[in-house]
Amino acid sequence: MKEISLHILDIMQNSVTAAADLIELTVVEDEKNDILSFSVKDNGKGMSEELLLSVTDPFTTGRTTRKVGLGIPLLKHACELTGGKIDIKSKLGEGTVISATFVYSNIDRQPLGNMSETMHQLITSYEDVDFIYSHKVNDKEFMVDTREFKKILGEVSFRENAVSLWILEFLKEGEEELYN
Amino acid sequence: MKSLAELEAIRQKVSQGVTMRKDDHAVRIVVGMATCGIAAGARPVMNAFVEEIGKRNLEHVSVVQTGCIGMCRLEPIVEVLVPGEEKVTYIKMTPEKAQKVVAEHIVNGRPVKEYIVGEND
Repeated sequence: MKEISLHILDIMQNSVTAAADLIELTVVEDEKNDILSFSVKDNGKGMSEELLLSVTDPFTTGRTTRKVGLGIPLLKHACELTGGKIDIKSKLGEGTVISATFVYSNIDRQPLGNMSETMHQLITSYEDVDFIYSHKVNDKEFMVDTREFKKILGEVSFRENAVSLWILEFLKEGEEELYN
Repeated sequence: MKSLAELEAIRQKVSQGVTMRKDDHAVRIVVGMATCGIAAGARPVMNAFVEEIGKRNLEHVSVVQTGCIGMCRLEPIVEVLVPGEEKVTYIKMTPEKAQKVVAEHIVNGRPVKEYIVGEND
């Protein structure tokens, strides 16, 4: 993938497919310690120990349309190219945590890329899922909890034009602030 | 600066007008966003739909993502579901094509034949 934010979009889809209704994403850019990392924690159906062992195999997949599942193997490859790694913990019936670490300064590390597009698309596509998103860049942090939006909006859908565009702008501004 | 107060104002305005409930009979634009779609460039395509629909302020049009549609080499794939009409499946989409689909198909009701999946694909 051209951007790490695309890997994030991909991995978070897995959480949605696992029937999670609360997904927590934490992204950390720590130049001092030369690390860029993200972790996705969900309360979905989780994986058995057996599945967990084979999940980085491209021929392991939950889908029925094809015999390959490349999301996790591609992410693993992307991390390891930079000298980083992934870590996956899961418990059947409880949920899964995937952590990915990249060496920040490594020349093969893709840019983080457009997080606002990634988050906007997840938030508006899966309204029944609550997302908690935290993005730290060195000393700054941007946090979003979609439950706050729901409290304000009540029955109004995230997909109403005005709401959808507000969410996109809100995310864009929050992201931009981190780098100023 | 976007603020939560603005969101409250939007809620009030929308509640007074026509509200799109979560399962409303809207036009649905479904963008394939599995690993294949993402790698092929589906995220900017979805964003192009969102922005074009926003710019034109089209009501009752929903843009959502979905998983693997099963024709990975034809990604980015976009399905357009207009209530009462047959589903239209667009393949190898780009942000520019998305804008055209909004103008021609969504607004004017004329599917863009050149972008639709064919028997030979």
